[in-house]
Amino acid sequence: MSWLEPVRWMERSGLRTGPAQAWGSVRLVPLVRDEPVPHLRLDRRVYADEPSVVDVGDGTHYISYIPHAFVARWDDGEAPAAAYGTQMRDKAKLEKAKLEKDDRGIVPSMPIRVRRRMARRVTKDRLRFLPLHVAVEGYLALHFGGPEIAWSEWSRRALANGLSPRSEEAYTGAQVRGLADALRIFEIHPGQCGVLVYVADALASAFVVPHPDDYRALHPTLVEDLFGELVYQYGFLTLHVPDLGGRVDDTAVRSLVELRAEATRLQRDWADFHDGVMAGNLFQENESHATVQHLHGFELTRSLPPFNLRGENHIRESIIDGNGRIAYLKSFRLSEAQVRRGYLLTRLAAHDWSLEATAEALGATKGDLALRLERAGFGYLLRQDVLDHYRAQARRAVSGGGR
Amino acid sequence: MTETLADLIACEDVLMFVNAAITSTGQREFRHHEGEQRLSLNFLHAYMLHNYRDLYAASLALDINDHNAAIIVRNLLEHAAAAGADQRRSEGRIIARRLALLPPQRVYGLFRDLRRAGVNNRRTRAIMRDWLAARPDPAFDAVKYRGAVKAAVRHAHLDLDDETGAFLFAPHTSRAFQTPIFEAWRRAHYEHGALYDLPYTVAEGFAAKHGIPRAVFLERIEPRLTRRERLGLQENARRRGIEAVAADLTTMPLTRLATYVLALPLDERVKRRAELTAALRTSARRVASGLAGTWGKVAAVLDDSFSTTGSAQKKRRPLAVALAGHFLLEALAGEYVPLWTSGRSDPLLLYPYGPTPLGERILDGLDTGPDRLVIVSDGWDNAPPGLAAEVLRVWRTRLDPGRRVAVTHLNPVYDADDFDVRRIAPTVPTAGIRDAEDLPALVELARFAEGRVGLGELRAHLDERVARFVEPS
Repeated sequence: MSWLEPVRWMERSGLRTGPAQAWGSVRLVPLVRDEPVPHLRLDRRVYADEPSVVDVGDGTHYISYIPHAFVARWDDGEAPAAAYGTQMRDKAKLEKAKLEKDDRGIVPSMPIRVRRRMARRVTKDRLRFLPLHVAVEGYLALHFGGPEIAWSEWSRRALANGLSPRSEEAYTGAQVRGLADALRIFEIHPGQCGVLVYVADALASAFVVPHPDDYRALHPTLVEDLFGELVYQYGFLTLHVPDLGGRVDDTAVRSLVELRAEATRLQRDWADFHDGVMAGNLFQENESHATVQHLHGFELTRSLPPFNLRGENHIRESIIDGNGRIAYLKSFRLSEAQVRRGYLLTRLAAHDWSLEATAEALGATKGDLALRLERAGFGYLLRQDVLDHYRAQARRAVSGGGR
Repeated sequence: MTETLADLIACEDVLMFVNAAITSTGQREFRHHEGEQRLSLNFLHAYMLHNYRDLYAASLALDINDHNAAIIVRNLLEHAAAAGADQRRSEGRIIARRLALLPPQRVYGLFRDLRRAGVNNRRTRAIMRDWLAARPDPAFDAVKYRGAVKAAVRHAHLDLDDETGAFLFAPHTSRAFQTPIFEAWRRAHYEHGALYDLPYTVAEGFAAKHGIPRAVFLERIEPRLTRRERLGLQENARRRGIEAVAADLTTMPLTRLATYVLALPLDERVKRRAELTAALRTSARRVASGLAGTWGKVAAVLDDSFSTTGSAQKKRRPLAVALAGHFLLEALAGEYVPLWTSGRSDPLLLYPYGPTPLGERILDGLDTGPDRLVIVSDGWDNAPPGLAAEVLRVWRTRLDPGRRVAVTHLNPVYDADDFDVRRIAPTVPTAGIRDAEDLPALVELARFAEGRVGLGELRAHLDERVARFVEPS
C-alpha cells in the first residue's frame, strides 16, 4: 500500500489551492479540482434529533447523538461517465430504496435508532459512515486494551478493562464563534471540491469530497462537525485575519500585460505559501494508518498523527482511490491536552507499559510520569496507593524546597 | 492651502453619511444582520444631527432612500430646540418638499413615530396639517390608511368635516354616508359588490371576511390595483389562470423591473426573453433620456457573485441593481462592454453564483481601452482578496497617472462595521447606490469622494441641489 507522502498530497489528488475568503478570525481556503474523482459520490443522510445506538457486536452498545451521516456510493467502473457532471436520479425510486434496504433493522416508531456499526455497507454499492467518527474512533481506541504486562503499578481496573471507558470532548462548529457566519457567506468556487478551515490562522479542519456537486450539498454540514477545544478558544480571539493577497511590484509593471502577469504571480505565491506553510502540517511523517473498509477500488482509512508535543496534530479519515488520489478527507485538529494524552499512551505502549522504562526514555522519574498521567486524566490506571505515594513525595519536595 | 483639517473631516463625514443614507434601509444584508445595520445607522444619524445639522437637513435634497429620509425628518423635528429661527424656516421648507415626495404610507408611519416619541411642537403640527391638507383625495386616505389618519388627526389636533370625523371616530353610528367611498366601505360590511369599489388592501380584508374565492376576487378587483400591486400580484394571478392582472412592464421603474425579472424562474425568462429585454431597454432609455449615447466608450464590471443574493429582506437587491445598471449603461454608452464577475454573458439568465474576482475583471475591462470604467459591486473582492485594489493602485500610479480613464465604483450594500459602503481602493471614488436610476447623478457625486474637491465646493453643490429641490423649475 502506498500512502500519500506529506508533501504534494494536494497535487497528487488533483486539488488546487484557491484564493482564501476571510471573515473575522475565520479563514476558508477553497480546494478546486479540474475534474471530479470518478466512480464515487457522497450523499448526506440527515437523522432526526434522536440519540442513536450502535450495536458493536459483543453485547456492547455505542450510544451517540449524530446529526447526520454520509453515504458513499460507487459504481463498478463499467459505466465510466456515470460520475461526471450531474447525475439524473429518480428521487422517488431513491427514497424507496432507502426505505427498503438501507436502514433495515430500524423500527420507525421507536424513539431510539439502532445503527449496527459506525461504517457499514448499506447495500452492495453504498457505505454509510458517520463523518469524523472513523477518525475519532481511531483516536479513542488508541491502545485501548491498556497494559499488556501486569506491572505492579497498574490498577486492577486498568488490567481488567484497559482504558474503558474513554471519553473525549469536542465542540460543534456552531459553537465556534464566527464559523457559522463565515460558512454562510462563503462564495463557493466553480469546481470546488474541498475547503480548509482556519481559525485565527490555525488549521482547524480539512474537508475534501469527490465531486463539486457533493461539495455544494455538504458545505453547510461543516457547521455540524466536531472541533477541538483549541479551535473553540481561538474562535474567541476577535481578531480580523489580514488578507494575504500580497503586493504588486510597481517597478516591474510597464503595461497591462505585465500587470496581469504580476496578478498571476501573486496567486501562485499565495498557493505555494499556503500549501507549504499554512497547510504544511496536515500530513506528517511517521503517521500510523489503518484501513477500515475496502470499497471497490477505494479504501476508507484513518490516520493518527505522530503526537508531536506542542505541534499541530490532526487525526484524519479519508477515502483513497487506487492511484492514491484523495476522494474524501475529513480531519480533526487535536487540542493540546488530547495531544498529550496520545503522546503518553504511545510512549507507554512503546515501552510495554513499563512505568520505569517509559520514565527513563522521557528523561524523568517514575514519580513525575505518574503525576503526568494523573494530570492527563489517566490517574485511574494507576493503583491508588502508588499514586498517593508519588503525590506525597511531590508535596514533600515542594514544601522541603520552600523551607 | 485654505482647507483646514476640520474641513476635510467634515467633507468625509458628510459623504460617509450620504453613502449610508442611500444604501442602508436598516434591513438585513448578506453579511450583516438588521440589528447591526440599525445600530450603525442610528449612530451616524445622531452624529450628523449634532455636528452638522445644516448639512444633515440638506441631505434630504439628495437621492437618499425613504427609510433614511423619514429618520432625518423625525430627528429634525424631535430636536427642534437646537435650531435657530432661520434654520427652522429653511429646514421646514426642505421637510415639506421631501414629505410631498415620500409615499404616503411612509409619511403616516413617520407621524405615528412622532406620536410615539411624544413630539408635538407647533412646527410639527403645522407640518402635519399642511401635508394632510395637500393630499389629493383625503377621503381615499381615510379609507386606505384609516388607523394612521386617525392617529395623525388626533395628534395634530386637526379639525375635520363632519362626515370624515364620523367615518373615523364613530363609523357605525351613521346610517348612510354622502361620500361615495365611505358609503362603499359601509356597505362592504354586508354587500359583496360594494367591496370592489375599495382600495385593494382594504377590499382584501372584506373578501376574506365574506369568504370570496381568491380567483374571483382578483379578477374583479383588478381595475383598482396600483401599478406595484399589479406587478406583485401578476404571477400569483397567472398561476390561478387569471390573465387580466397584467402589469405594463415598460412603464415600470428600471430597478423594480430588474428585481421582477430576477425573481422569475429561468425557463420563464427564456420563454419571455424578447418581452423582458424590450421592457428593460425601454425603461433604461427613459432614464437615460437626454444623456443617451453621450458617455463614450464604457466598460462595466458587474458583480453577480453569490453575495448578490442579498438577504431574505432584500432578495437579490445587489444583483438587481447591477442588472439595471447594465441596461442603463448600455443606453448611456456609445460603445459598451459588460463584464460580469462570474464570466457569464447573458444578462437575462443571471443568478447569484460563485466568488468575486474583481481584480481580474477590472484588468479585462481596462484591456478594452475604455473612456470610463464603472464597477457595480459590494466591494468584497475575494478571488484573490485585494487584487482589485492592487490593480487600481498600480494602474493609477504607473499606467495612467494622467487619469485618462475615469474609474467609478458604485456600491449597493452598506457595510455596518465601517459606517460606509466598502471601498475597493483609496484612489477610486466610491458612492452608494440604491436604485440604478440614480447612476448618472451618483457618478457626478462620486468625484467628491476622491478627496480632490473640498468642503467649500461640496457645500456649494449641496446648496445648489437644495435650491433645485425646494423650488423645482
